Amino acid sequence: MTGNQQTLAVLLFSAFVAVTLGITTWVSRNRRGSAEEFYAGGRLFSPMENGFAIAGDYMSAASFLGISGLIALFGYDGLLYSVGFLVAWLVVLFLVAELVRNCGRFTLADVVAARMSERPVRIAVGTASVTVSVLYLVAQMVGAGILVALLLGGTSEATRVWTVIGVGALMVVYVSLGGMRATTWIQIVKAVLLMGGAIALTVLVLVRFHGDFDHLLRTAAERSGHGDAFLAPGLRYGGDWSARLDFISLGLALVLGTAGLPHILSRFYTVPTARAARRSVVWSIGLIGGFYLMTIVLGFGAAAIVGPDAVRRSNAAGNTAVPLLALDLGGGSGSTGGAVLFAIVAAVAFATILAVVAGITLASSASVAHDLYASLRRPRGKPRSEVAVARAAAVGTGVVAIGLGLLARDLNVAFLVGLAFAVAASAHLPVLLYSLFWRGFTTRGAVWAVYGGLVPALLLVLLSPVVSGSPGSLFPGVDFQYFPLENPGLVSIPLGFLAGWLGTVVSAQEPDAAKHAETEVRSLTGAGAV
Amino acid sequence: MGAAGQTRFDDPWYDAPASGWGELDGTGAPAFVAPSAGRGDGDRTGGAADIYLEVQRSAAFQEVRSRYRRFVVPGVAVFFTWYVSYVVTATAAPGLMARPVTGAVNVAMLAGLGQFLTTFLFTWAYMRHARLRRDRAALELRWDTQELARGARGGER
Repeated sequence: MTGNQQTLAVLLFSAFVAVTLGITTWVSRNRRGSAEEFYAGGRLFSPMENGFAIAGDYMSAASFLGISGLIALFGYDGLLYSVGFLVAWLVVLFLVAELVRNCGRFTLADVVAARMSERPVRIAVGTASVTVSVLYLVAQMVGAGILVALLLGGTSEATRVWTVIGVGALMVVYVSLGGMRATTWIQIVKAVLLMGGAIALTVLVLVRFHGDFDHLLRTAAERSGHGDAFLAPGLRYGGDWSARLDFISLGLALVLGTAGLPHILSRFYTVPTARAARRSVVWSIGLIGGFYLMTIVLGFGAAAIVGPDAVRRSNAAGNTAVPLLALDLGGGSGSTGGAVLFAIVAAVAFATILAVVAGITLASSASVAHDLYASLRRPRGKPRSEVAVARAAAVGTGVVAIGLGLLARDLNVAFLVGLAFAVAASAHLPVLLYSLFWRGFTTRGAVWAVYGGLVPALLLVLLSPVVSGSPGSLFPGVDFQYFPLENPGLVSIPLGFLAGWLGTVVSAQEPDAAKHAETEVRSLTGAGAV
Repeated sequence: MGAAGQTRFDDPWYDAPASGWGELDGTGAPAFVAPSAGRGDGDRTGGAADIYLEVQRSAAFQEVRSRYRRFVVPGVAVFFTWYVSYVVTATAAPGLMARPVTGAVNVAMLAGLGQFLTTFLFTWAYMRHARLRRDRAALELRWDTQELARGARGGER
């Protein structure tokens, strides 16, 4: 990578940071610091704006660079992985988005706590939400350090350390000063940039192959050295039975976990009605589906144009496949076009990371302030003070994320994203679906459903090959590996549902019919929704 | 109630329905029958809770709920089964998925793109079902319920 590309990339990074800081100041002028404003951005975003923001929140750098890199290296298995991320949105659309919008105010715990005895449920759900957010956040922070160092060509320790600190500091500024309104606009800007970048590159790839997708696939298969096997499943997720079960587990976690991600659920509160929430999900499904279709073209394009060997030489995980593709499409290394396209892709990736971490930090601070702090401290219920707590929680989350991101910067944390989805699917989805649809669900059932999914998911990961017992583990020196899969979803998701059922069955307390009626009527009609 | 009835569509929380989405009312959604007023003897929450129970038992609400469930339950069952069988086939029987169809396109590629296509189709079908079969009735129930709740609370809101 030449100095020109670096300078240009840094200039574009700085421009994005300047624009987003500008947005933060602009939207937070003359705003009272109400909870409504901080957590939900005033609830008056349009479905299209919210749809772009949801897409911006959801499509991380792991999707933009990671999935197309997977396709470039392993062909079809990368596509197989991306399908789960899209189909998951049907669960959100059918079962969650409208009902959650109608029943809740700011967080997932609102929906569950409305039917149950409030304190234990809020503590349980809040704990699970913060766990999911922190897992996801650490993955993003470590990824940011590696990515920026990679894109800027500096592999030095200092670059990565300062990237992690810089990203953490920026997200704290966005969230604590701008709240949901600034975060939403940053997501929208990022989603537009990301879609624009992906469309431009896809068009260039298709032009290179004269619009012949078949020709593109055949060239990719030939260059990969795997022949037709490159276009069929098995290169990445084949192998022995535990590797295959592991992928099924990951697939389940992706499809069921999206509906339990706190930063996605909190987005539905930024629109005025359930109907608007539904329409924002439809927008985001269109954007996300279109985006993953383009990553297929980009991934096979990188395999066909750059070649898997060159991609692997640059980064073993394939994360540089799209930047290298951009360099080639622009005219090759050393050309102005190549430098410009490369810098644009690098800047889009950076924008993606910043926007995603801001969204997660906001959701996490809402869980801390609205669920955990409010239940544990029982203040005299002044909304003003809750927002102050939320701002402080955003700073705290930022510090924790920077600390963990620095500690884990040399570790292989690729499993963390899959784990965050698995925890969301095991600890959040069962309690959410039971509270919305099961008349007999009780407080004990709710608490058991959360811990019964959360604890097994985390325990199984501790006992899995990602932590110990194999060369790629966090602690390769020791061996306490008793669970063969890297992703716990296959076991922990059913356990979450089972624990919720068991807790309800053994519960001494009668389910409250009136509160169930209230939840059901409110969720389907929107009566009494804020 | 007359004034409330006039202003309720100006409620800022409600985005006005697109014209032409109410053609369905002809399909005979039972009208909501307001329960008799004047049960204000209980405490405030008791009154509000009774209202939700009453609405839950009403034929109009049961109709909305069953329309929602009759669409969503089979829908989720179908797309979830289709996704799980896709993932299981791809991991357990890659040979089957590698079978060529035309040119470089094989069964796996068609199945993968089929997942994208069905996701878009399900989204469109859900959107259409909700708009035509649920929205109008749910909205009427919403306002009726809120009117009742307001009445029970003695016009405090």
